[in-house]
Amino acid sequence: MSPRRRPAAPAARQAASPPAAARQPVMHNEPGGSAAHRTDLLRQMLLIRRFEEKCVELYSAGEIHGFVHLYIGEEAVAVGVNQALTPDDAIVSTYREHGHALARGIPMTAVMAEMYGRTTGCSGGRGGSMHLFDAQTRFYGGNAIVGGGLPLAVGIALTDRMRGRSRVTACFFGDGAVAEGEFHECLNLATLWQLPVLFCCENNLYAMGTALARAQAQTDLAVRAASYGMPAWAVDGMDVLAVEQAARHAADAVRGGGGPHFLELRTYRFRAHSMYDPDRYRDKAEVEEWKRRDPIDALAARMREAGELAGDTLAAIDADLTGELTDAIDKARGGPLEPVSDLTRFVYSPRQP
Amino acid sequence: MPALGADMEQGTLVEWLVKPGDQIHKGDIIAVVDTDKSAIEVESFHTGTVEALITPVGETVPVGTVLATITETEAEPARPGAAEAGRPGAVEAGRPGAVEAGVPAAMGAPAAAAAGPAAMGAGPAAVEAGRPAAAGAPKGKRAPGKRAPGRARPGRTPAPAGPAAPVHSTPLVRHEAGQLGVDLAAVHGTGRGGTITRADVEYAAASRRVRATPLARRLAAELGVDLGTVTGTGTGGAVREADVRRAAAAGAPAAQQPPAQPPAAAAAAGQAPHAGEAGRPATAGRAGTAGRAESMRQAIARLMARSKREIPHYYVTNTVDMGTAMSWLRERNRRLEVSQRLVPAALLLRATALAARQVPELNGYWGEDHFVPGPAVHLGVAISLRGGGLITPAIHHADDLAPGELMAKLRDLVNRARAGRLRSSEMTDATITVTNLGDQGVESVTGVIYPPQVALVGFGKIVERPWAVNGLLGIRPVVVTTLAADHRATDGYTGGRFLTAIAQLLQRPEEL
Amino acid sequence: MTGSGPGKTTYREAMRAAIREAMLADERVFLMGEDVGRYGGCFAVSLGLLEEFGPERIRDTPLSESAFVGAGIGAAIGGMRPIVEIMTVNFSLLALDQIMNNAATLLHMSGGQFSVPLVIRMTTGAGRQVAAQHSHSLEGWYTHIPGLRIVAPATLEDARGMLWTALADPDPVLIFEHGSLYNMAGVLAPDAGAVDIDSAVIRRPGTDVTLITYGGTLGKALDAAEALAGEQIQAEVIDLRTLRPLDDETVMASVRRTHRAVIVDEGWRSGSLAAEVSARIMEQAFYDLDAPVERVCSAEVPMPYPRHLEEAALPQVPAIVEAARQAVG
Repeated sequence: MSPRRRPAAPAARQAASPPAAARQPVMHNEPGGSAAHRTDLLRQMLLIRRFEEKCVELYSAGEIHGFVHLYIGEEAVAVGVNQALTPDDAIVSTYREHGHALARGIPMTAVMAEMYGRTTGCSGGRGGSMHLFDAQTRFYGGNAIVGGGLPLAVGIALTDRMRGRSRVTACFFGDGAVAEGEFHECLNLATLWQLPVLFCCENNLYAMGTALARAQAQTDLAVRAASYGMPAWAVDGMDVLAVEQAARHAADAVRGGGGPHFLELRTYRFRAHSMYDPDRYRDKAEVEEWKRRDPIDALAARMREAGELAGDTLAAIDADLTGELTDAIDKARGGPLEPVSDLTRFVYSPRQP
Repeated sequence: MPALGADMEQGTLVEWLVKPGDQIHKGDIIAVVDTDKSAIEVESFHTGTVEALITPVGETVPVGTVLATITETEAEPARPGAAEAGRPGAVEAGRPGAVEAGVPAAMGAPAAAAAGPAAMGAGPAAVEAGRPAAAGAPKGKRAPGKRAPGRARPGRTPAPAGPAAPVHSTPLVRHEAGQLGVDLAAVHGTGRGGTITRADVEYAAASRRVRATPLARRLAAELGVDLGTVTGTGTGGAVREADVRRAAAAGAPAAQQPPAQPPAAAAAAGQAPHAGEAGRPATAGRAGTAGRAESMRQAIARLMARSKREIPHYYVTNTVDMGTAMSWLRERNRRLEVSQRLVPAALLLRATALAARQVPELNGYWGEDHFVPGPAVHLGVAISLRGGGLITPAIHHADDLAPGELMAKLRDLVNRARAGRLRSSEMTDATITVTNLGDQGVESVTGVIYPPQVALVGFGKIVERPWAVNGLLGIRPVVVTTLAADHRATDGYTGGRFLTAIAQLLQRPEEL
Repeated sequence: MTGSGPGKTTYREAMRAAIREAMLADERVFLMGEDVGRYGGCFAVSLGLLEEFGPERIRDTPLSESAFVGAGIGAAIGGMRPIVEIMTVNFSLLALDQIMNNAATLLHMSGGQFSVPLVIRMTTGAGRQVAAQHSHSLEGWYTHIPGLRIVAPATLEDARGMLWTALADPDPVLIFEHGSLYNMAGVLAPDAGAVDIDSAVIRRPGTDVTLITYGGTLGKALDAAEALAGEQIQAEVIDLRTLRPLDDETVMASVRRTHRAVIVDEGWRSGSLAAEVSARIMEQAFYDLDAPVERVCSAEVPMPYPRHLEEAALPQVPAIVEAARQAVG
């Protein structure tokens, strides 16, 4: 199956007019910021990549278990969107969340320890790969139910609205979630109540093994979202700079009171749905095609062209990351396991006796 | 086909426990016969070899029909091996094992004499020698509860036994008892010389399973009530708290059997049956008793009708001051463990047995046209069965048993009666019968004599009444004693003597 | 808004007073659900509240159970104290994923970082001939889920007082209000306030048998006790009040005294809350039982429409009386 053709530039789709109070979107570091910034973006994407590749090794070696859903190929989305968020904002994610968690700034050691089920993990070892939570960075998981996080994001945004706070709740979900009732209920409710949600749909063309065209009668997801009355547009998810630009544009609008916005981030996962998946439903040729649009390679090439990337920078970054990873794994391996006698903790909140 | 009850006309052969060629001895159980009332074990009154089994299993034949032929042999002298194998200790009365095995001393001696080779002399040895044969045979073929052909052993030279073992059980039997959690000390041995057979152990285990609520069980344990003796009024005959409390209130464990007689007393006395007991539908509890209960009812009906038709009854009544007896009882019980405490009924039974010895004209049978004294005082006790029905087995030589022993025998009788495992001799040997001991709150009981006996003794409930003692008015526990007697055999004077004897005996409880 | 006469009120009014009081006392509290605002509430519980508190705090939602229950979860996480009203337990099935996989589970999945102080109110039960899809009593199902607290107010005091305590709870609390109770009238003390949501209560003491129930069937159990008294059977009636966690102590103490138990539960018998209580009695009071534990539950049938069939399907006083008789023997 040949890859779908993508528009070269993001096509902004405006729906019904946003509230009069909406300001002009503010673009930072246009177009793409400084070299240092781009190097930073490269590093962030590489961090995710190396982490995920390590997970493959560890999983195959039987050191981490359960379901592991890898973000390889989609790094530009997490990194790019995160650029638009402030520490005050909130993130709700899915089971394919390692990238979001790391981009958000949850320490690698905490994420790795969580994969190892140690108490030093960001969810105390209780959640595992699919349930990463971090109160400090307002990272609200980690949800294994497709579409399950959208109502949550709507609620968090509701609070901000009722409290008059200008915070954004970024809600990540995949193309599969568009099929769930929650998706429609939430987009409707968010628009109806003008809630500050940034809906980020990571459209990687497959809901587990089901191709988008087989699940959606109308595959233009941004159009679908727009029909609920919110500004929605599609973005080249393999281009981190494009993602960043679009995300800043949308987030600023949301933050400014412009109501919920929707980004369809068109991307692709290079690996199967999860570590269990034999990936039989995709054409190898298609995968190769998309690999040629590797976001990390793409940015690196662009930077090299512009003379921004010294020969050994990448290697240095890699070495750095390797060190960091090794350290995280060591710490995770040695991390404490919660005693079985504490099994029934965290079912109810602790009470005063 | 023996007559196992005065009214029995026919019986059905249920099981042969021996086969042609088997050596049997007097007292051995050789067959099981089903009557209207229950399944009865038939014992042989002869020693010898089984020649042929005439009546096949399942056939119903009239009383008197030949069931099997036996070639009689004399009681054999000690076999060569046995006497030398020399358990001199076993013969001695002083040996605990021997005494236990023989239980009633009277029985022990004849058993020793008659049983010859397997006499006390080679008791354990012979038993052990024979045991493998007996044990081997039933293994895998008999379900628990069936009786093994206990004594169908070929003449084997008794091998010297291992280290001294109690006479009354073998290692195999002890092992089985251990497995089933049965306390051998509490098991009644039906083997020769009172040895405990495997069947006895299995029966003891089975009969302990009483259907009772958890609360009733706990309460019974706390109050020292033997659950097996309590009549249950719950669903499916389950024993419930109220039943246990009632049982406890009427006295300690063993004495519960007599109280469980209201149907008999009621039927016998022509009083309105106690709704709880006599009215109980035959469906309660026991599998397969519905039909039996019905036929048992009919059997009782026939018997009672016959009694009233044929026997000219007269009645005598006396009220007995139980003050002395009760306080003696209290004192005595204080020093005893719960399980060994006596109940008033034990004293009443004992007094009756002794009185029957003193007034032998009331202890025996009415023959064609004259009185036949009984060979001993075999006290019949009326036992009500779960599911309705009544049975009156005998306690042999009741006048020779101390009250505690009487209680134990009674308890055993009740267990076996309810399990349908009475012996034919128990069914036929009563020389005088005692009915309802007043548990249901009836003050006096006047009964119907069980032919061919000539007397029926009744006791009411022990109640507190105003009483004159030495000219002063006080409250005393008293019991109403009654006698229904056959006027053909005795007259009121004799009856009065009898009741007076009971009254006097009860004033000296320490001598009972 | 309140009933006529000093202290005289109804269950519905008591619940309304509770909501109102909570909203006045804590501006984090708001009510969200279908038709709670302009309609005044499907069962008129929130009548007048929109006028008093405005549309921000009395929020009408679209028919999107999953979304607005989830939103309630999110809002609770975010720092608000939402009361989400699901019109009836029948519709809660549409939000079951949010309730089970988010509300009950977030605290655990996050290793204790995020608790969900959400209150969900639902109407439950049958009896008004509203047929198979509108007559469920599923509170027993919800008691299966660790992480939730489940309560069933059956009296005016509890209708008035449980809500505040529930709102103060850091974990999700589901309040089940039996539809037949809203019109229940009575007298409430003027200072009636918050009550605990931890304990069962003996509504009528007795000695011979314990009748255990909750919510809409409490009235029937009390009626049954009255009838039994006429037969010299003194029944003790326990109102469970909290269905998760169950107050074992009160139940067992009672059964140890009476030795017999009858559990009345409007849920279907199989896998019911009554089955759970029965199992617990067996585990904890076995040696005190003088009869098997009886259960009086709904018949195993989707609720039929015609009145006589519906009545036959539901636990009724004669059946409770009969069960008690069986137990007492």
